[in-house]
Amino acid sequence: MKISAKNIIRFSLATAILSWLAFVFADLNLLFGSLRNVKVGIPDELPNLSMDLFIVALFFYYRSRTYRVENINFIDMLWRVFATGLLATVASLVIKFIFIAWGNTKLAQNTFVINLSYHINFGLIAAFLISTFIVWKRLILYQKSKLLLNGWQVFEYIFLITLVLDLVYPDLDSGINVVLLVILILMGLIFSVNLKWVAYLNFRQKWKSILLILLVLLYLGYFIQNLWRFAANNPLTTDILQNTFFIALLTFVFLYALFSLLVILFNLPTSSVFEQKLEEVLNFQRLSQSIQTEKSEDQVYEILLQSACSTVFADAGWIEIIQNGDSHYQSKNIDETEIGQVKELISSGKVKGILDTDTDRSLKSSTQQNVLKGTKFKSIIAYPILVQGQQTGTLALLKEISDGFNKEMTDITRTFVNQAGISIENFRLLSEALENERYKEELKIAKEVQKSLLPTDLAANDDFDLSAFSEAADEVGGDYYDALRVDEDRIALMIGDVSGKGTSAAFHMSQMKGIFSSLAQMGMGPKEFLIHANTALSTSLEKASFITASYFLISQKNKTVEFSRAGHCPTLYYNAKDKKSVFYEDKGLGLGILRNTNFEQYVEVRTLQYKPGDILVLYTDGITEAKNGKRDEFGYEKMQEILEANAELGAEEIKQLIMDDLYSFCGQEFVDDDYTMVIVKFK
Amino acid sequence: MIDITKNVDDGVLVLGVVGDVDASSSIELDNAIKEALEEGSQKIIVNCKNLSYISSAGLGVFMSYIQELESKNVKMVICHLNEKVEGVFQILGLDQLLKIVSSEDEAKKIINEL
Repeated sequence: MKISAKNIIRFSLATAILSWLAFVFADLNLLFGSLRNVKVGIPDELPNLSMDLFIVALFFYYRSRTYRVENINFIDMLWRVFATGLLATVASLVIKFIFIAWGNTKLAQNTFVINLSYHINFGLIAAFLISTFIVWKRLILYQKSKLLLNGWQVFEYIFLITLVLDLVYPDLDSGINVVLLVILILMGLIFSVNLKWVAYLNFRQKWKSILLILLVLLYLGYFIQNLWRFAANNPLTTDILQNTFFIALLTFVFLYALFSLLVILFNLPTSSVFEQKLEEVLNFQRLSQSIQTEKSEDQVYEILLQSACSTVFADAGWIEIIQNGDSHYQSKNIDETEIGQVKELISSGKVKGILDTDTDRSLKSSTQQNVLKGTKFKSIIAYPILVQGQQTGTLALLKEISDGFNKEMTDITRTFVNQAGISIENFRLLSEALENERYKEELKIAKEVQKSLLPTDLAANDDFDLSAFSEAADEVGGDYYDALRVDEDRIALMIGDVSGKGTSAAFHMSQMKGIFSSLAQMGMGPKEFLIHANTALSTSLEKASFITASYFLISQKNKTVEFSRAGHCPTLYYNAKDKKSVFYEDKGLGLGILRNTNFEQYVEVRTLQYKPGDILVLYTDGITEAKNGKRDEFGYEKMQEILEANAELGAEEIKQLIMDDLYSFCGQEFVDDDYTMVIVKFK
Repeated sequence: MIDITKNVDDGVLVLGVVGDVDASSSIELDNAIKEALEEGSQKIIVNCKNLSYISSAGLGVFMSYIQELESKNVKMVICHLNEKVEGVFQILGLDQLLKIVSSEDEAKKIINEL
């Protein structure tokens, strides 16, 4: 069962009070017995036993109380020692005052009264010593090692042994007590050098600590003197100044207080250095975290300027920020005209290139110090702020004293500047990443829009099945196919390929869609369609862009396919009767190549009679020019072979076979060109 | 990546195209032809002996100058196309608009007759 800390405190406090009462009662009774020469029926050891119990209970009481404080605050701890001491001192002064008030009355001479007041004094002093001992322990073990911890435990056990041995050998002069006392004092001396906590005090805290410890020493002196006077002037039953344990405890508490006082005193002059280092670390943290908390690069510069100025105690400073060739200033305690003056002085003086943004010198020998005649400033350091090797600004710090920047200062400033550079770089990378994410989202939308431009319902009819596939290398592409029922008899079909890839190709592809949608429904023949399409595109296509296309007009009544090729890949046609396929390489010219009426000379029309089982294969050059790892092309023959070998299958299956073969040929899922294929199988 | 060499031989500017002409490198080809026209060259031979691949963007460069060449009366002959590249020119129909011959000698001969 675990006893809660609260219960330990209550229990130990109750034990301490009861054992103190027992001690007082037993001691006074024995005193009474010895004075009157009567047996009081109390064993002689009882007073000492209850006193030991009292001390142990006090130890546990203060230990539990102190351990409750989770986060250590040194000043608070010292304050508590001081407060306990004050309480004890005031109480003992009150007793003294009462005795003075009584003067030479009988009561003041009474042995019982004298012994009782001595015991009260003893209780208060014991409480003060034990509580201080516990605080000293916390301070000594502030940065503990295993060795230190073990050593301390031994120290505490020896104290306990001394306390217990006192029951057997109450005589201070006995050999064992002397040995123990020497050991305890030596160990106390060794532990007294563990004063690491002092370093963490700032200047103000050090002064407070000095004051508090001085008062603690004062109490100790007063207590010792008080006890000693008691012992000298009065017959006492128990003189704790003859007690080994008390002497050892007193000595240790005194030694540690003295050492602390001296060390704090000697550390006073250097505490500003420590504080400055701490400030540097905090500033550095601020700079490196600015990326997460700040919203703009300007704020990073702001933090850099403030941190650098405060860390090196600069009287003024500025940051020249270079953005898109322009520069502007962030400054502290200096205005732009003064900045101009300082820069003027430097560029005209002997130290050239100091604030020059693009000379090598300023980058390499980044620290420059100089006396600036004519201004109130006597020294300056300047650093370039580099982001990805590019200078984005210059930090300049000024002081009104000459040679104001030592090596430490230049080092820390350089570190600050580097960290600021990293922060800004991270900041930029983050915004770039966000921007890219936005573009990706936009492209995703564009991809959806483009998908909707391709037909889903491919003019279903009784005469043929139609299956299509299209995939773009980038999010959007320049391939296009479409089918449209013109009237009861005719169906228009086309495939197109815009030169180039990506977004520009996608825009032209949507233009082609518009042209097809408006011209095809008018029932134009292939030649007429291409001539009109060329005219329409001539005014809208970019100078070096063109579109290749094949246009088909299928008549169900006449069972004919009438088609023309405008620079597009030759149409592959499978004749079911001959079980042979052929590429129709008729004359043709890409749309947008000749942007005048001469275009019509280059359009040829071919008409085929289709029979059941015949297959029409439309595709873009992405398929025939698809390359494998050895840079071989997929080519025309392969497509032709697959078609002839699987001509019995339906349009969908043939398309799937060719695409599967294409992907396994390329050996990767990665598509580096736009692929489009349309298969028409006649029934 | 492409590399374009320039040689003037007997009043004829010979541009040698080395490498692959794709979307990005086509800009260099475009610049070379634009420069030639700005310098006032009247006779241009494009030697494609070391041209291994041309994308649609590359074809777009040749195509975009057809009408300008005609209006400025500048003669241009393309020679030494490899089989694959010539096929690409043919499918698009550019062979009907541009003079394409097999060797540079032939090109030099023919350019003076045009």
